[in-house]
Amino acid sequence: MNTRPYAAARRTLSIVDKLYEVNWGLVLLITIIACVGFAMQYSVAGGSFTPWATPQIWKFVIGFFILIVVAMVDVRVWLDLAYPAYAASLLLLIAVVIAGHVGKGAERWITMGGLGLQPSELMKISLVMALARYLHGLSVEDVSKPFRLLTALAMILIPAVFVFLQPNLGTTLIILADGASLLFLAGLSWWWIAPALASVAVAIPTAWQFVLHDYQKQRVLTFLDPESDALGAGWNITQAKIAIGSGGLTGKGFLGGTQSRLNFLPEKQTDFIFTNFGEEFGFVGCIALLILYAVVIGYGIQIANNARSQFGRLLAMGITLNFFFYLMINNMMVMGLIPVVGIPMPLISYGGSAMWSVMFGFGLLMSVHVHRQVEIPRHSGGII
Amino acid sequence: MPLFDGKDKSRYASFTRRSLGLTGGMAAVFAILGGRLYQLQIRNGAEYRTQAEDNRVNQRLIAPPRGRIIDRFGVELANNRRNYRVLIVAEQATEGVPEALDAIGKVILLTDAQKKRVLRDIAANKKFVPVPVAENLSWEEFARINMHLPYLSGVQPDVGQTRDYPFGAEMVHVLGYVGSVSVSDKADDDDPLLDLPGFRIGKTGIEKAYDREVRGKAGSSRVEVNAYGRVIRELSRDSGVPGQDIWLTIDGELQRFTDQRLGTESAACCVLDVQTGDVLALSSTPGYDPNLFNVGITQQQLDTLTNDDHKPLINKALSGAYPPGSTFKPAMAMAAVQNGLKDLRVVCTGVTTLGNHQFHCWKRGGHGPVDLERGIAQSCDVFFYEVARRLGIDKMEAAARALGLGAPTGIELPHESSGFIPSAAWKLARYGIPWQQGESLVTGIGQGYVLATPIQLATLAARIASGRAVSPRIVHSVGGHSQPRPLPDPLPFTDEAFTLVRAGMDAVVNGGGTAGRWRIVEPGMAMAGKTGTAQVRRITKEERASGVKSNASLDWRLRDHVLFIAYAPVEQPRYALSCIVEHGSAEGHPQVEIAHDVLLFAQQRDPLARRPSYPADAAMVAPPPFLGGHG
Repeated sequence: MNTRPYAAARRTLSIVDKLYEVNWGLVLLITIIACVGFAMQYSVAGGSFTPWATPQIWKFVIGFFILIVVAMVDVRVWLDLAYPAYAASLLLLIAVVIAGHVGKGAERWITMGGLGLQPSELMKISLVMALARYLHGLSVEDVSKPFRLLTALAMILIPAVFVFLQPNLGTTLIILADGASLLFLAGLSWWWIAPALASVAVAIPTAWQFVLHDYQKQRVLTFLDPESDALGAGWNITQAKIAIGSGGLTGKGFLGGTQSRLNFLPEKQTDFIFTNFGEEFGFVGCIALLILYAVVIGYGIQIANNARSQFGRLLAMGITLNFFFYLMINNMMVMGLIPVVGIPMPLISYGGSAMWSVMFGFGLLMSVHVHRQVEIPRHSGGII
Repeated sequence: MPLFDGKDKSRYASFTRRSLGLTGGMAAVFAILGGRLYQLQIRNGAEYRTQAEDNRVNQRLIAPPRGRIIDRFGVELANNRRNYRVLIVAEQATEGVPEALDAIGKVILLTDAQKKRVLRDIAANKKFVPVPVAENLSWEEFARINMHLPYLSGVQPDVGQTRDYPFGAEMVHVLGYVGSVSVSDKADDDDPLLDLPGFRIGKTGIEKAYDREVRGKAGSSRVEVNAYGRVIRELSRDSGVPGQDIWLTIDGELQRFTDQRLGTESAACCVLDVQTGDVLALSSTPGYDPNLFNVGITQQQLDTLTNDDHKPLINKALSGAYPPGSTFKPAMAMAAVQNGLKDLRVVCTGVTTLGNHQFHCWKRGGHGPVDLERGIAQSCDVFFYEVARRLGIDKMEAAARALGLGAPTGIELPHESSGFIPSAAWKLARYGIPWQQGESLVTGIGQGYVLATPIQLATLAARIASGRAVSPRIVHSVGGHSQPRPLPDPLPFTDEAFTLVRAGMDAVVNGGGTAGRWRIVEPGMAMAGKTGTAQVRRITKEERASGVKSNASLDWRLRDHVLFIAYAPVEQPRYALSCIVEHGSAEGHPQVEIAHDVLLFAQQRDPLARRPSYPADAAMVAPPPFLGGHG
């Protein structure tokens, strides 16, 4: 038996082979969804490529190359880069939080080489990578050992706390959900899971009392009764529901949405973009779009289960779940099922940082797919 | 150590199992999303669609232009002018309404009272309804608001229309004025215009009596607005129906002359066309500026008007009921002739006795022998005591009513008093005491219970002058439709009665009677008339014994009212007049002097001989096409 199978694999797969191995069906689906996004950017600008549609196309083109390049890189390289990436992301995150406290208000952005990046976006991906890396080395029994579990929890909670301090409740929730899902997938014992769920149930009122910011509490309260503040914080929820609901079965037609064109919707090109889609394409369009997303997620699940390495499986599933949580929280938010937490709709909302982090994620997913036959021993430290 | 062992296998199996479980969870979430979409878009879709339309579309009422009020020669007595104003829309004032008002207050002058009113108006209306903050701004103020507009959220500059009364106080008692809609105005009127903030409604005068006609029908404009309330485009417009123009029989010039002639007295004067009853002038002084009420009167200004002892807010020509005094005597003289007393002769000794009561003539020494004509000319009380004693109250009442007293004349203006003519039946019903003959005597000289308004006295003069039952009418046409004006019936008096009474009234002015000093000497313009005095205090026996105090020595409010009725010219009368000056008896007969000037001016200007410029009767041409509906 070859003691270094990855070396053989690297020899056997040329770039052309790898390009051939790429799941182009998934790439096509992603592109279709992104195109829906371009159409929406065009629509909410009142039928104009400026100011959003054209930049969004370029952001996607860049993202597309990120996806392909990331997919070409051997999954074992990503295994090796997992911890450094995590460490770098965490440092950036801490830097931003400190800078934010020195400045004032929510400071979520840093500028790197002229590009605005949100460290919390980087954090989501690198957490999934690092956690997959860590859990890759653990057997099912190991995962439930207190020290191992504590280490994993620390990996999750430390960035979660800093993202929460930014403050960015939505991303915090996604980080926690990503982390918890990976622990679950790695085989965490139900003896841990059950009490954890119970303590979360206890923690929510406590968090309400001591942890949440006033504006965050206000969002929750407003969510529970949007009409109580129909012109203030409840405005977003009320108007979003009106926009989606008024689409009816088949919608008002492309460019026919009035809610966003007349600026009744805030953040119409970012977080609330789905409301415009719902208004213009109705129930039929929304279901069709959700099916596209579901198929993408289905591909992700399939890729995860077909990977021969635990790192690949966890990474692929973690990326897929991250994408799913994005979608779920955004959609539930704009449909008035959960409070407004400020999460964009993946692939469709305007914005480079979110687009690139999603495309980077898909790149990792595709890398797992391309390198699905690669086996990585549990105790392997990666390529080096 | 092997690279792969059973532990790897078991965790792969665990992963597959658990990833399947998560897949189920994700499917459930998709099902929830789909269900929620179904709920929002299919089940409640129609409702949300309506809400989206409500968001998008603002229905705005358009106040139609208020109809003009025009005199017989086409002069606009009430019209509309541009009104530069500032509105505020509560739901668009993102900083809050009080903050927006403070911001406006930095640009133009805004009183606390105005701010309070705006907040009250906003509370009473839906949040998208524009509420006026300040109106009738100067161009400079308006320009300043427009310049600061980017910093004034929810503030809309607007050019509206507002009522204007070019004649001001001179016409106020005819036209009335418009003011803000009160709660009681809305009680029996569900016109949506009344809810339009800043809308004005007729409060008195023609503006009130014909409010529905001059108001017009509300138009509406459906506009698409964005979230900030900015109008993107107009979807449809219904321009409504403009208010109808009201043409009055008033001659603006004569009215102005009359009003100025009354000056600062507390007085009233009416001029009628004796043949038709058309009101040519209807003055009550002092007046007040109707524009004040439109623009918004301050409490202090209102208090000044309310507390003025000359009562500027009262239209004395219609609402003032006065003892007619001797101006009642021509009516009694008509009754006398009608009832066979045309040859009555009385020797006036200054007093007459009934039972153990003494009834005095105004002239202490008496008039000596008096017949009907002299009785009228000299206004001999004793003569009319005798007339009253012979006629009895029933015949006196019948004659007075036939001549237009004791009931509203039906002029098309609000707040008309009916005056009062007593009767035996009324006395019994009211006090449970039978009528006393002495009361007939007092009634015979226009005192006691008798009350008449200036417009009734003008009617009396017109009826004696024309012999017909003319009634005063002030509205000629509404929206081009002439108001019905049947030819007045002849009065139930003999020609002889008219001839004799007219001769008496001629003698009052031109035959050395009580008004001789103020004859109209211009040829063919002579007037006939009858003076009158109404006491406002009781003269005691002691005072009479020691000599009645002269009015000039009394406090203004204790002086007698002086009255005059007249018509001119004596031959072929065309103008009838009544005039009263409250407490005007300090010296001479100021009311006769006024009547002289007004009748002379009327005849020289002669509005009745000029062709009026009333609109061609719309009833004669095809009806106008319906203007409402969707435009």
